[in-house]
Amino acid sequence: MPLVSIKEVHKSFGKLEVLRGVSLDVKKGEVVCIIGPSGSGKSTLIRCINGLNDIQKGSITVEGQEVNDPKLDKLALRKKVGIVFQQYNLFPHKTALENVMMAPVKVLKEPKREVEERARALIAKVRLSGKEDVYPGHLSGGQQQRVAIARSLAMRPDVMLFDEVTAALDPETVKEVLLTIKELAAEGMTCILVTHEMGFAREVADHVYFTDRGVIVEHGPPEELFTQAKDERTQRFLSQIF
Amino acid sequence: MFDLIAPIFQRLNVETGWNFIIFYDRYEYDRFLTGISISLQLILWSILLSLVIGVLGAWVQTARSRLLRGVVDGYIQLFRNTPPLIQLLFFYFGLGAFTPQVDMGGYYEPLISSFTWAILALGIFGGAFNVEIFRSGIEAVPKATAEAAESLCFSSWQTYAYVTLPLAFRISLPALTNNLVSLAKTTSLAYVISVPEMTYTLNQVWSDNINVPEMMIVLFLFYVVVVSLIAAGLHVLEKRLALPGYGR
Repeated sequence: MPLVSIKEVHKSFGKLEVLRGVSLDVKKGEVVCIIGPSGSGKSTLIRCINGLNDIQKGSITVEGQEVNDPKLDKLALRKKVGIVFQQYNLFPHKTALENVMMAPVKVLKEPKREVEERARALIAKVRLSGKEDVYPGHLSGGQQQRVAIARSLAMRPDVMLFDEVTAALDPETVKEVLLTIKELAAEGMTCILVTHEMGFAREVADHVYFTDRGVIVEHGPPEELFTQAKDERTQRFLSQIF
Repeated sequence: MFDLIAPIFQRLNVETGWNFIIFYDRYEYDRFLTGISISLQLILWSILLSLVIGVLGAWVQTARSRLLRGVVDGYIQLFRNTPPLIQLLFFYFGLGAFTPQVDMGGYYEPLISSFTWAILALGIFGGAFNVEIFRSGIEAVPKATAEAAESLCFSSWQTYAYVTLPLAFRISLPALTNNLVSLAKTTSLAYVISVPEMTYTLNQVWSDNINVPEMMIVLFLFYVVVVSLIAAGLHVLEKRLALPGYGR
């Protein structure tokens, strides 16, 4: 059974139909990249997976649980699904360490000492040892983004969503964030990434989906999609990038 | 303290005619201390009440229920758009007329004293402004920050309590300082419903002793000192809570 299963999903904002029948499956431990031009519905799609956006038609299940079920315990879903945003969205009034500790301590009511140990280990894992007591305002974009990744990991999710996490970063800091994600993927974390980093998608992804105007145009293993794209739209998109 | 200053002011009176009787006459001195105490209590309680109303009102304004939002809106319109002096008179003489009297053994006293009415009226008056101040602070917190909290399993109340409100409070502080300072000064209006606070007390002193200029100076200095302390305290708080690289 796939960990995340998306079937014929439709989503509109008012009259604007953003997703028009999207289906994709993600198996445990798989790394999936979603690429495509701006406005193709990539971000909307992954935001639907943890219930930040609702859908009008179709079905999304995480570990067999229907996300669109009105009776669904959203908190239980979100515990399983971590998300990292383009703009980091750290809590600016908390230090890096506090940002990572806050949800497990306040929401899951886990013992503080245990959480702190785990949080420090996670901060070390994203290579930010020594920055524990620094406020987000004093961290670079790349450092903030890695704190945001550690913050999501602190909830011990089963799948991580990355919504254009390097889009707001300068090229120098992009590398350090991508390295962190790569290590996560290597450890077997299931990852769904919306990204414009084609080189990275090619290197890390098990499967790449190309979306345009709310539909999946083409998908396949990265080597295949990047070198022998069949659809004309995919070819045009890729030719503009490489 | 009294024994220390009394001879000085007594001499001042004898030699120059400046009559600061509250500093050398024991009876007037005690009256003066009571005035200080009542004024400070009035300021403290009305500020606290206005803050509670502000936080709750702003929270209600983020609610889905149109009815609840409408009630808070009506409250703001009513109390922001009428003079505090009229509100005090309305509460004390208007509503006060309908509150029960308590038998104090021979004579009757209203269940709610003029002091309590003053706290209620001033707290409600200041609260109307605080709701608007906190609301503007809440609206200035990026939606994405609250969304991050939600995706970390925070419930909507937890998001408000741990993320939105702490940030909104910081953003609101300069405007809040203005309003609380203004509220502290407005407490002097409680004079009109005979709350024995500073203005009322000194008015009685100068009526008894015909030393209007001297008591005016004391009254003026009293508010300068108290209000400066409140403003300075809030300013320190603002500095301590300032976020590095946020909101500027």
